[in-house]
Amino acid sequence: MAKTIGEINERIRKGEAVVVTAEEMVSVVEEKGVSEAAREVDVVTTGTFGPMCSSGAYFNTGHTAPKIKLGGGRVFLNDVPAYTGLAAVDLYLGCTAIPDDDPRNRDHPGDFRYGGGHVIEELVSGKEVKIEAESYGTDCYPRRRLEGYFDLSSINEAVLFNPRNAYQNYAVAVNTSSRTIYTYMGILKPDMGNANFCSAGQLSPLLNDPMYLTVGIGSKVFLGGGVGYVAWHGTQHNPSAPRGDNGIPQAPAGTLSLIGDLKGMNGRWLRGTSYLGYGTTMTVGVGIPIPVLNEEVCRCTAVKDRDIYAPVIEYSHDFPQATGKILGKVSYADLKNGRITVEGREVPSAPLSSYPRAKEIAGILKDWIEQKQFYLTEPVKGIPGPDSGYAQQPFKGRQV
Amino acid sequence: MSKQKIVLKYPTHVVEEPVIYNLVKDFDLKVNILKADISPRKEGRMVVEIEGDQEKYLKAVDWLKEQGLGIFGLQQQIVWREDLCTECGSCSAFCPTGALEIQRPEMRVNFNESKCVACEHCLMVCPVRAIEAIKEET
Repeated sequence: MAKTIGEINERIRKGEAVVVTAEEMVSVVEEKGVSEAAREVDVVTTGTFGPMCSSGAYFNTGHTAPKIKLGGGRVFLNDVPAYTGLAAVDLYLGCTAIPDDDPRNRDHPGDFRYGGGHVIEELVSGKEVKIEAESYGTDCYPRRRLEGYFDLSSINEAVLFNPRNAYQNYAVAVNTSSRTIYTYMGILKPDMGNANFCSAGQLSPLLNDPMYLTVGIGSKVFLGGGVGYVAWHGTQHNPSAPRGDNGIPQAPAGTLSLIGDLKGMNGRWLRGTSYLGYGTTMTVGVGIPIPVLNEEVCRCTAVKDRDIYAPVIEYSHDFPQATGKILGKVSYADLKNGRITVEGREVPSAPLSSYPRAKEIAGILKDWIEQKQFYLTEPVKGIPGPDSGYAQQPFKGRQV
Repeated sequence: MSKQKIVLKYPTHVVEEPVIYNLVKDFDLKVNILKADISPRKEGRMVVEIEGDQEKYLKAVDWLKEQGLGIFGLQQQIVWREDLCTECGSCSAFCPTGALEIQRPEMRVNFNESKCVACEHCLMVCPVRAIEAIKEET
């Protein structure tokens, strides 16, 4: 018995919709079976709260008098450089941008205490940031310098626009070399002293819709504590990644590009983040409601940590040299238990992505829907799926 | 008998003295070095756990002060800012004593101050800087 998104929205409107989190859905399906669960449950909410480097926001600051053309000039927000290659007062600030005078890794491992993600966190938390700008002056935009402060209420648009979020599964990082290494997967001790992983597993949005049956362009989502939409498939989207018999990718696979009004978000769900010796990023909260349209979707949302496998990748040599080698596959059940076995050895594992916050997001989204504050949208177009032939490829340009 | 965790701050001129040897030999104390950052001709810092007779321990503290060492309590050293913590749990793999640990199956992060030896590994690991070191003299 198939349902439509329109029918589900009607049930939300009447206060009759049955909404459960992806964690709760595991036991619902275990108790009732797929057919009954598919009939009873209307929406399954998911969540993830992890570092997502391909995130940032664009701003329109409004025009000063006299006018300045920031486009083509240089702009710093709290000393962090913003991208100005847009119209006069449009800016894009990426979360990995760092101040020009940050020592970076000159004294290795660098601290990277403050970057674009921290600026965005301050803005969504209601704080003012300092803008310093210089430009070249034109007949129509004569001003050459601007120094001042703004907060989100004093500018026109502030839009979070992330080229890649919500990775469907991710690698588990280890280090087999004899020295400590500092990576975007955290600090990795020598001789496989630890293993870091980064996915919410059974709560993760795209692991609950592995074939992208419901998520598509225009899907309305929880983003950074506010409302966002799927803008496109994310960069490096790789639906052709190897999958298990259950259809779940066993490597980093699908990704989403998300967009939403920064002014409706908050600092609990957009956190400036620093990785020692690597750089800055932003921890982003994302939650996607999955409409249980049919039994197939229902079966997918019942996924459990022990059914999801991640590849173990070595980060001192194999990752940087792009060897493609995998040391093995481990389940999220084992990863979350804190011990995995890699090449016959027991290695302690720790997450980079917060499971308690992922669960909180799924709960918030569930509340929003139950309180009729959030209705589902029909995607206007799907994203490339496993049979599309679409795949991530390495650099194929010319190197000199 | 008493057991104390303290931080010893070595001024430059004491770094080359056999301070720990004296604590063991002259005061009959069990000294367990939890963390040490000692280099020739530089100020140093050592976190130690000292076990032994209370009277002897107090005499040892007086002697250490006479030698010019700074003695700091450890209790207030590491502060877990629960309000800043995102409970990712990445600290758990680096905390040598399990003071910062993940409670399973909920995966909630908890800080048990009594287990903390102020090694400060968590300070460099925490991606949102939710752990602070506050040095407080006793």
